[in-house]
Amino acid sequence: MSSTAGPYRRPVSLFWWLERRSYLVFVLRELSSVFVAWFVVYLLMLVSAIGGGSDSYQRFLDRSDQAWMLVLNIVSFLFVLLHMVTWFGLAPKAMVVRLRGRRVPSRAILAGHYALCALLSAVVAWVVLR
Amino acid sequence: MTRRQSPEPFAWLLFSAGGTVTALMFPVLLFLFGVAIPLGWLSAPDHAHLLAVVRNPITKLVLLGLCVLALFHWAHRFRYTLYDGLRLKRLSTVIIVGCYGGAALGSLLAGYIVLRT
Repeated sequence: MSSTAGPYRRPVSLFWWLERRSYLVFVLRELSSVFVAWFVVYLLMLVSAIGGGSDSYQRFLDRSDQAWMLVLNIVSFLFVLLHMVTWFGLAPKAMVVRLRGRRVPSRAILAGHYALCALLSAVVAWVVLR
Repeated sequence: MTRRQSPEPFAWLLFSAGGTVTALMFPVLLFLFGVAIPLGWLSAPDHAHLLAVVRNPITKLVLLGLCVLALFHWAHRFRYTLYDGLRLKRLSTVIIVGCYGGAALGSLLAGYIVLRT
């Protein structure tokens, strides 16, 4: 036995994130970024199809209606919601806002994020659907 | 002694900004174009209307900002997902080049698509 051996490290399984519920939520939250990236691709496909004329827009609509695409987008939507909830949940810890020398309570910061999200969602829906 | 400048705070800033804008805007966009319109819950907007919307300079700015920040958010988070989830820290260089390089290429593509429309 050589004296150069380092401190003992418990071997960690590749599936360590299945051991506890909180680990699983952590991993799902981290995986949400993959679906964020997918939606960037989808959004660019949409913009490109719109720019390509009404025929290419129609082809995009037909493609978005296919079963595999729908399943992918519904799963992505759920992951994006998980990202939203966990991100806003961390916001009060990440930002300390002071108003007239007093710290704004974390509930107010959380509520502010959801209010801004609701406002922006309404604006987007109005612009798209009017 | 020279002070080493680490790009880490800048990557984190992009990650953080991207996390916020995607949390604010992606749920509604994905719900509309990925779920509600394909399922027929809402009728698809006509082409002329959407063309006018995406040609508006404000829309272009918003779309480009969203895409670039979302891609760098992905790059940073996915990098650590590979480190922790798959325990691939030893491939650090490849992962860094792949993630941030991919985000940079995606941003160029996004700029090309959004600006030429």
